[in-house]
Amino acid sequence: MTPTDAGRPSRLFRNLNAKIASIPMVLTALVIFVGGTAWTVVYSFTNSKLLPRLSFVGTTQYERLWAAPRWHMAVENLAVYGVLSLVFSLAIGFLLAALMDQKIRFEDTFRTIFLYPFALSFIVTGLVWQWLLNPDFGIQQVVRNLGWESFTFDPLYNADIVIYGILIAGLWQGTGLIMCLMLAGLRGIDVEIWKAARVDGIPTWKTYLFIVIPMMRPVFVTTLVIIASGIVKVYDLVVAQTSGGPGIASEVPAKYVYDYMFLAQNLGQGFAASTMMLLSVVIVIVPWAYLEFGRRRRHG
Amino acid sequence: MAEHLLRTAPDLVAMAAPSGSAGAFSGPHGPRPRHAFSRRNIFIYGTLALVAVYYLLPLYVMVVTSLKGMPEIRLGNIFSPPVEITFEPWVKAWSQACTGLNCDGLSRGFWNSVRITVPSVFLSIAIASVNGYALANWRFKGSEVFFTILIVGAFIPYQVMLYPIVIVLREIGLYGSLWGLVLVHCIFGMPILTLLFRNYFASLPEELFKAARVDGAGFWTIYLRIMLPMALPIFVVAIILQVTGIWNDFLFGVVYTKPDTYPMTVQLNNIVNAVQGVKEYNVNMAATLLTGLVPLVVYFISGKLFVRGIAAGAVKG
Amino acid sequence: MRYRLLTAAFAAGVAYSAGPVGATDLEVTHWWTSGGEAAAVAELAKAFDATGNKWIDGAIAGSGGTARPIMISRITGGDPMGATQFNHGRQAEELVAAGLMRDLSDLAAKEKWTEIVRPKSLLDSCTLDGKIYCVPVNIHSWQWLWLSNKAFEDAGVAIPKNWDEFVAAAPALEAKGIVPLAVGGQPWQTSGAFDVLLMSVGGTDTFLKVYKDKDAEFAAGPEIAKVFKAADDARKMAKNTNVQDWNQATNMVITGKAGGQIMGDWAQGEFQVAGKVAGKDYSCLPGLGLNATIATGGDAFYFPLLKDAEKSKAQEVLATTLLDPKTQVAFNLKKGSVPVRGDVDLNTANDCMKKGLDILAEGNIIPWTDQLLTQDTQKQKEDLFSEFFANASLTPEDAQKRFVDIIAAAD
Repeated sequence: MTPTDAGRPSRLFRNLNAKIASIPMVLTALVIFVGGTAWTVVYSFTNSKLLPRLSFVGTTQYERLWAAPRWHMAVENLAVYGVLSLVFSLAIGFLLAALMDQKIRFEDTFRTIFLYPFALSFIVTGLVWQWLLNPDFGIQQVVRNLGWESFTFDPLYNADIVIYGILIAGLWQGTGLIMCLMLAGLRGIDVEIWKAARVDGIPTWKTYLFIVIPMMRPVFVTTLVIIASGIVKVYDLVVAQTSGGPGIASEVPAKYVYDYMFLAQNLGQGFAASTMMLLSVVIVIVPWAYLEFGRRRRHG
Repeated sequence: MAEHLLRTAPDLVAMAAPSGSAGAFSGPHGPRPRHAFSRRNIFIYGTLALVAVYYLLPLYVMVVTSLKGMPEIRLGNIFSPPVEITFEPWVKAWSQACTGLNCDGLSRGFWNSVRITVPSVFLSIAIASVNGYALANWRFKGSEVFFTILIVGAFIPYQVMLYPIVIVLREIGLYGSLWGLVLVHCIFGMPILTLLFRNYFASLPEELFKAARVDGAGFWTIYLRIMLPMALPIFVVAIILQVTGIWNDFLFGVVYTKPDTYPMTVQLNNIVNAVQGVKEYNVNMAATLLTGLVPLVVYFISGKLFVRGIAAGAVKG
Repeated sequence: MRYRLLTAAFAAGVAYSAGPVGATDLEVTHWWTSGGEAAAVAELAKAFDATGNKWIDGAIAGSGGTARPIMISRITGGDPMGATQFNHGRQAEELVAAGLMRDLSDLAAKEKWTEIVRPKSLLDSCTLDGKIYCVPVNIHSWQWLWLSNKAFEDAGVAIPKNWDEFVAAAPALEAKGIVPLAVGGQPWQTSGAFDVLLMSVGGTDTFLKVYKDKDAEFAAGPEIAKVFKAADDARKMAKNTNVQDWNQATNMVITGKAGGQIMGDWAQGEFQVAGKVAGKDYSCLPGLGLNATIATGGDAFYFPLLKDAEKSKAQEVLATTLLDPKTQVAFNLKKGSVPVRGDVDLNTANDCMKKGLDILAEGNIIPWTDQLLTQDTQKQKEDLFSEFFANASLTPEDAQKRFVDIIAAAD
């Protein structure tokens, strides 16, 4: 076939099978991801209640959203949970990986133990920790039975620290994965580096801190993005563990969206909240993508 | 973006590459260990053992609690082993626990989950593998644009698309049915799976593809005869990823199904929250364990492949 | 063919044909999952099955808050169930307006619902633009304080006769390690308790001025400040509750671990399942002993518009069954609520139920928040009061300010 033969119709039909095969992808990308997102954003400017309807009310929904104490609490919780979850996941994940990388025995056993919670759903995770942290039966009661009568550890029933109770469960579920990623990163470091460091007499901790960790930058960035995009979606865990309580002390944005969309029958409000979630993801992803891709382009 | 993620995480690179998959965990290279009982070793093993206890404790408590009777739970401490082992809670959780008038326990949810998971896994992987193959070997104008949208889509919070999907499902008449949920799983599994397959097929030697083209083989022939048999490892990873992911799903199950077709996770939450009188913690724990059993079994059987599966799943978020 | 024959058969008036041909499965969704509730709904299922049809139970656990979104998204999503529970009032308002629910006016006229349903306000809540869209099945009233006689005996104080005495008795209960007031963690419980306080401590007029007239200025005034003061007492008394579900809280009262609970009459179903006797094991104070008025809220069944003629026919059969005197008595006795028709025999009713019936007979009834407020406003109220009850640093004054904002924005 010469280029001149390839008129308009035949260009459309060229590679036809591949195009047919890509129809599901194209539909998903356009209808669901682009269409669905745009739809939600557009309707967040309406006063849709139980059913979506196009009567625009400007930014009213957003004004109400940012005036709602519960939304503030949700955002605050997400920030606390997010920062702590990031720091602890990275720290614990890295420390465990470093320990695992010491030519230890039973490495497979330890890895199996650290990772199995990741196979469990957030619902299962939440229910287990709800049980462990139950003040009448769980850890608090056990310690009290041992003789320490005034011991208090009831994070799920104390509004000030409830988010830490959720964090404990979240870390239990997720750090195993981070450890695995970190371990893979450590194993990716050239053996020669360790040898050279040893020859130069640099202490182990210094080697980790000043040589290994900077070399693992890509792994850290990856895990950072993985953790961050997971944090924004935190929902099942809170539902199973506390249902947002006590009071509104453990509310998160994802739950606000669900509650206002379906419980309060105020779709517009729910859409506005989900648009804010979208925005926060964009804020996390864009600078990272810019840094990563921008940097690479400069280096050609 | 996630494509970039894959490239940056060595483990994930190993996963996407057809060979050298064993490389990722080939050997530790921390400093050489000294004496067996050096202070350093005690510190290392001590710490690891302590952490292992933290990870194992919940599982232990779940098992122990599920084997106790209620009177014992009320008296005793959650860590003590059962004085009198009873399997009653397991039986009850599986086949008797009530939600309203339906007292058939989790068993219904289990079969629903099977009926949801099997076609979802099969379909989503079939679609994504063909997609990935088309993207890797048969690029057309705009294919990369759609792919990029797909990958960006993986980062959008589900809540944003929750309602539009209700409308889409309603329009095509699948709302509330099992197939509606299967479709939703196919949609949300697509970004990461397509990425997996695309990178895998792209890493296969191009000569294979070219030789087949010269022989006159077309799109589907090459896919079925050449690509499919070579892609077995990545199919295993994809299956692990999808089975655990779909089995553990709660949000879609609760939004897009009805009580008849509730998956196990949703039913678990129902049973635990549908309290009649006092909470039966032993039944709750047995139910929780039963729900977690399938992914746990997948995990223990698949071993290292699982790590690759979930690492890929983590990119999905 | 078979389909047409069946409709013909129905048209010929064999609606109750008990043969296997006439049996139609009808899925009914509801959120009655506690012990007493499940026993009550079993009565409905039994009565419906006796008509030769089949009740497919679609119970959704975790209170109406969890269940309603699922029901609504199924109706709007084009996969409606045969019938569904709602609290009648404004919950299904938009569904009806969107033409998704079935108009029952013809059936109602045929069976003279307007004459048998009592009080009339129940059917009014089912009516939109002169058409009837739901079948009320019971009268539920929120305005009760349930007291554990054992708890007060243990504490050595007399069983209170009203809210003020109850507050005064709290220290004695606490001294014995008894939680004075059990309030579960679910948001609707705290906001409901406040509404009851508003009506009881504030009075009927106050309640209506705030929720019916949405008078924000009044809501900012001293009358309401008094109610917030009472709510402040309530949260102090409730601070050691540590349970989520309402029936777990009720269970605390049943077992004497808590002194009392502000909860609707559905709590009575739990006392009954536990084998407790009104007057002997527990006491009840309608309107908290201050304002003997009850609201005629309650549950109703709505019927989504279906295309299937067989199922539509079965819907009518179910509607008829729900109002049947026998079903009404059997269901309501188990549920702890009051039947919606005045012509049924309730000799078996217990002390508390009789108190409720007397108040009804005197006509001391008011509309409740389900009728007066939208779900959106309800949810905002729930957010406020669940925070108020859990967070001691939120002062009554600040909470009242927020309450005023919610009332001002309500429609």
